[in-house]
Amino acid sequence: MQNRMAAAAAAAAAKKLLHQRRSIPNFSQINRLSSTSGFTHHCAPGHLKQFLASYRWDLWKSCLIHMQNMSAIHHRKFGSVASTIVQRNPTFSTINDDDLIYFEKILGVKKVIQDHEELKTANTDWMHKYKGSSKLMLQPENTAELSQILEYCNSRRLAVVPQGGNTGLVGGSVPVFDEIIINTRRMNSIISFDKVSGVLVCEAGCILENLISFLDKEGFIMPLDLGAKGSCQIGGNISTNAGGLRLVRYGSLHGTVLGLEVVLANGSVIDMLGTLRKDNTGYDLKHLFIGSEGSLGIVTKVSILTPPKLSSVNIAFLACQDYISCQKLLFQAKRRLGEILSAFEFLDAQAMNLVLRHLDSVRNPLPSSIYNFYILIETTGSNESNDKEKLEAFLLHAMESGLVSDGTLAQDFSQGSSFWHIREGIPEALMKAGAVYKYDLSLPVEKMYDLVEDMRIRLGGAANVVGYGHLGDGNLHLNVSAPQYDDAILAQIEPFVYEWTSRHHGSISAEHGLGLMKAEKIYYSKSSETVQLMASIKKLLDPIGILNPYKVIPSSLVS
Amino acid sequence: MVAIKRVVDYAVKIRIKSDKSGVETTNVKMSMNPFCEIGLEEALRMKEGGFASEVIAVSMGGGQCVETLRTSLAMGADRAIHVDAPSALYPLTVAKALKALVHLENPGLLILGKQAIDDDCNQTGQMVAGLLNWPQGTFASKVVLDKEKKTATVDREVDGGLETLCLDLPAVITTDLRLNQPRYATLPNIMKAKSKPIKKMSLEELKVEVRSDLEVVQVTAPPVRKAGVILSSVDELVDKLKNEAHVI
Repeated sequence: MQNRMAAAAAAAAAKKLLHQRRSIPNFSQINRLSSTSGFTHHCAPGHLKQFLASYRWDLWKSCLIHMQNMSAIHHRKFGSVASTIVQRNPTFSTINDDDLIYFEKILGVKKVIQDHEELKTANTDWMHKYKGSSKLMLQPENTAELSQILEYCNSRRLAVVPQGGNTGLVGGSVPVFDEIIINTRRMNSIISFDKVSGVLVCEAGCILENLISFLDKEGFIMPLDLGAKGSCQIGGNISTNAGGLRLVRYGSLHGTVLGLEVVLANGSVIDMLGTLRKDNTGYDLKHLFIGSEGSLGIVTKVSILTPPKLSSVNIAFLACQDYISCQKLLFQAKRRLGEILSAFEFLDAQAMNLVLRHLDSVRNPLPSSIYNFYILIETTGSNESNDKEKLEAFLLHAMESGLVSDGTLAQDFSQGSSFWHIREGIPEALMKAGAVYKYDLSLPVEKMYDLVEDMRIRLGGAANVVGYGHLGDGNLHLNVSAPQYDDAILAQIEPFVYEWTSRHHGSISAEHGLGLMKAEKIYYSKSSETVQLMASIKKLLDPIGILNPYKVIPSSLVS
Repeated sequence: MVAIKRVVDYAVKIRIKSDKSGVETTNVKMSMNPFCEIGLEEALRMKEGGFASEVIAVSMGGGQCVETLRTSLAMGADRAIHVDAPSALYPLTVAKALKALVHLENPGLLILGKQAIDDDCNQTGQMVAGLLNWPQGTFASKVVLDKEKKTATVDREVDGGLETLCLDLPAVITTDLRLNQPRYATLPNIMKAKSKPIKKMSLEELKVEVRSDLEVVQVTAPPVRKAGVILSSVDELVDKLKNEAHVI
C-alpha cells in the first residue's frame, strides 16, 4: 500500500514537472527533457502540449507513433522556403580564414567560390523550395583534391554537401545551414570506353546528356534516361539510384553499375572501380553507395555497362478511358511486345491539360476527344520491320479488345520526340502552374490510381491533383498543383499520402530519394530495426557525420 | 495527286560513306520528306473541305517506298502508286514520270514538297510544270481554292516577303514549311490503310528513260568549324589581327 502511494506520489510529481515545463516553449528545454531517453526530439513551439501529451519515457517504438503524429506538425511550417525544424548541429565548426587559406592552397583561387550570385544558385534547389546559407563552394578537379578537402573538413568538423547537377527533388543536394558545397562539375572527363563490351568509365561530374551523345557516336546508349539529363551528373544519378524512363527495360543502377571509386568522410579513397561483369570476391560494397545520397561517401568515378544502341525505335501514344484498361494494356504489352518493350509511361487527363496549357510547341496528338488516360509505349529493337509488325499487331489487338480508345504511332523521329516531350514536360508545366507538392511513390499497380482519386476527393476544388509516372515499374508521381503554397492544403496531403502508401506496403520514395524532405519519414516504409542498422553503418563510415547531414535518415539517430 | 519522297529522317545525324560516293543509308531511319508530308496534309484538307474527291499518293524508288506510301494512306490518302525504279533518280526523270502519271490519272492539282531534304534540288516541281505546261505556285505558304472559277490563289514565300499568285487549275503547287502542320496518323486509320490499294508500275510502262544527265562525283562533309577563342585583352586582339589573321 505504501509503495503504491509512493509510486503514485512520484508519478504525480513527475506529471507536475511536465505540466510546469508546458508553459516554457523553449527549444533547449525540450531537448534536455528528452535527452534522458537517449534521443532528441524536435518540436514546434506552441505544440508543446500535444508533444508532452504523447510523450513516453520508455519504449523506442513509441517514438515511432508520436513521430508520425509529429510529422504533421513538423511540416505545417513547410512552405516555399523550407523552414524545417531541424536544428544546426552545434558540434559542427564554422569556416574561418585559415580554412579558406588552406582550400585556396589545395585547389587554387578559381575553384574556391565565394561569389554571392554563384552561391545563391548553388544554395537553392531546382524547385526553389529549399534554400541553404552556405558561404563557400569548392570545385575539386580530381579525386586527389577531393580527398584532401574531405580529410581536412573531417579533421576540422566542417559539414559538407556533395552537389552534382542540383536537379534533385527532395532537397538533398543543397545545404540546410552553412555546410560547404562540394560541387563535382569540374570532374567531368571520360576515362575510357570499351567498344566491345560497352563498359564506360568516367568521372562523377559528367553530365548525363553528354555521356549519351558520346555513346551515340560509338553505337551505345546509357541505361538510364530522365528528364533532367541536360543538367544532372552521373555521380548524382548513382548517389540517388536514379530510375528514369527506361528502367523497365534496362533495370536499375544496382544492376548496370560495375564499379565505383568513392571518397569517404575522412578522405580515404576506396577504389572499387572494376569493369568486370562478374566479380564475387567479398562483400559488394558499391551497392551501399548507390542510393546513399552522398551520406556515406562521395562518388568520384563510375564504371557502367552500357547497352548497344538498337536501330529500330518505335513510339506509340495511346488513349484509354479508365485505369483498368491501362493495367490490362501493361499486362498485354509485356506479353506481346516482350523483349522489345523499352518504356511504358502513363499520364492522366489533368497532366495532359497542364502540359498543353503551359508549354508551347506541344500539341495534342489525339485532339478529337478528351480521354482520361494517356499511355506512351516505346519499343527498341534491332529489326525495323519485325518490330513494327509486332507493335502493329499488339495495337490492333488492343483496339479490337477495347483497351485502347484511340492512339497514334510516330511516323518519324520528330513525332516520337514530340510524344516524349509531352511526358517529360509535365514537371516543367507543373512548375509554371504555380506551387507544387510533389510525391514519388511505389505502389502495387492495381492500387496506384486509387490514391490519386482519394486525394482528389480529399482536396476538392482547392488544388489540382495530377497523376503520372512509370506505370511499367509501379511508380506513381503524384503532384498537387495549387496557385500558391498553402499550409491548409499541405495538412490535407501529409501525412495522409504517407499513411496511405504505408498501408499498402508501398514506398514513400520510389526513385527521388529521401533527402531533406523525407528524412524523418523513413519509418513509413522501413522498419526501425532496419533504420537502426543504417544508422550504425553511417556511424562507421562517417563518425563525425559531416557528409550531407540532416538528410536521408532521422537526425536523432546520428547525433 | 501528291508526290512523296522517302528520305533519311531529318532528325538523324548524317554520315558520309567512307568512299565518299554518298551518304550512309543502310540501317538508318528513313521517313517521309517533311515537305511532302506538308503537301499531303494540304491535299487531305482540300478533300475534307470538299474541294477534292480523291487524294492519290505517288512515290518512286525501290521496294521500301511502299512503307512511306502506307504512311500516306494512314494519314488519309485514298490510294497510292509506287513507281518501281532504281534508287538513284534525278529530278528530270522524276518530272517525266510524273508527267506520264498525270496523263494517266488526270488530277486537278499536283502537289509536291518544295525540295527533298537529301538532295535539296528544288527542281522537280518546276520541271514537271514546264513539261505539262501547267501554271505553278512554288514555296506556297497558303493555298485557297475557288471551285467555281477553278483557280488557286497561292501565297508564295519569296526572298523579299510574300507574293500572291492566282493560278488556273489544273496547276502544280510546291509546299513550304509554314503551309500547315501535318496530322498524326491515328491507329484506326493505320489499320484501314492496310486494305487501301497500292498500284505498282515501272518506268518502262510510263515510257520514261532512266538516263541521268548528272553524275555524282564526290560527297564530302563541310569543313569542321574551328572553336572560337576568348581573348583576355585588347593588346592580344590587336596582336592576333596583325599576326594571325593578317588583316591589319
